[in-house]
Amino acid sequence: MNLNATLIIQLVVFLSFVWFTKSFVWPPIVKALDERAKKVADGLAAADKAKSDLANAEKRSIEELRAARESAAELRAGAEKQAAKLIEDARAEANRVIAAAREAATAEAGAAAQKAKDALRDQVAALAVAGAERILRREINAQVHSDLLANLKQELS
Amino acid sequence: MSSGTELSHGPTAGEYIAHHLTFLNNSGEKQADLINWGLVNLDSLFYSVMLGLVVLFFLYRAAAKASSGVPGRFQAAVEILVEMVSDQAKGMIHSEESRKYVAPLALTVFLWIFLMNAMDLLPLDLLPRIWEGIYVAAGHDAHHAYMRVVPTADINATMGMSVAVLLLCLYYNVKIKGAGGWFHELISAPFGNHILLAPFNFAMNIIEFLAKTVSHGMRLFGNMFAGELIFMLIALMGGAWTGVNLPSILLAAGHYAAGLSWAIFHILVITLQAFIFMMLTLVYIGQAHEGH
Repeated sequence: MNLNATLIIQLVVFLSFVWFTKSFVWPPIVKALDERAKKVADGLAAADKAKSDLANAEKRSIEELRAARESAAELRAGAEKQAAKLIEDARAEANRVIAAAREAATAEAGAAAQKAKDALRDQVAALAVAGAERILRREINAQVHSDLLANLKQELS
Repeated sequence: MSSGTELSHGPTAGEYIAHHLTFLNNSGEKQADLINWGLVNLDSLFYSVMLGLVVLFFLYRAAAKASSGVPGRFQAAVEILVEMVSDQAKGMIHSEESRKYVAPLALTVFLWIFLMNAMDLLPLDLLPRIWEGIYVAAGHDAHHAYMRVVPTADINATMGMSVAVLLLCLYYNVKIKGAGGWFHELISAPFGNHILLAPFNFAMNIIEFLAKTVSHGMRLFGNMFAGELIFMLIALMGGAWTGVNLPSILLAAGHYAAGLSWAIFHILVITLQAFIFMMLTLVYIGQAHEGH
């Protein structure tokens, strides 16, 4: 319990040690700690950002997928519509062609029938004249009775 | 003690303890006066400086290798201590500038005192016995081979540190408040700013500084001195060995049990006292930063 100069020496030693720690030990350690804290904070922030980026990308990909599906459906609908229209057009065209052909055929047939009728009439007239000629021979002059025959031909038509 | 039979006679219990409580100073004799500025306790200084250097060496190695990457275990351990001290300093000293000095001071104080206290856990007679061998081999009297290995059980060491803290408190008082501001605080607090109260205020403040410093140093000294003394008393039980007989065996068993339990308890005391000294250092220097 006796005091002596140890006290003063200890005091000086103490302050020297503190000076050493303060100058050479504390700053690098604290610097490293601060840097690490910053690194960790940055890392966490980057992780958060990556997570939100991923979420965004997922959302966007879903969006894109939906849009693509929609446009595909649209495309398909358009194509179907076009195909239907093409079929419709083709059908109409075919109907038209058929109708025209039928008309032409009908007209042709009518003309042919007329022609045949005319030919037939002529032949019937000729045949009638020939018959009458044969029956009447001399009595009947074809020239004289041509008006009569023309009338007869008219009646047959 | 037990193996002290190489001496002409084994020391009595009183002699054993008195021998263990005597410092090795530059006079080679036990200090007789209460205060003698001509004497230096060589053992206390030797161990405190060596332990301080050990602390600084390890701290310096940690500081040299410190990186912001993944820390090794040693670096992590040092960083835990630094963080702990840094947090405590932040809580008590609100000046960033002062913390640059006071926080390293607190770290040094904590680790250094911890190691000095931990010298108590070495076998009581180990280092004194080695010293005695050297001392006798050098041709000196074994009775004067004094050696105390716990520097913090030396009041000079603890008071030296607490006075250093006092000087820092005075320095920060002047630095933060200015010489005039601090003087005004000395004569106007705690009783009030009145010319008649000034002497009482001043006396009160001086007493406060004295009380803080003395209690700061004495608390550590008292705890470590008492701890050391109890280790000595425990050692007396084993020291009473007289051969293989029942009382000796019982005493040896008691020595073992008491020594073990006291040492385990002392781990707590060692750490706690180092921590308390550090905290009070921070508190006192923190007070120097704040007005009354």
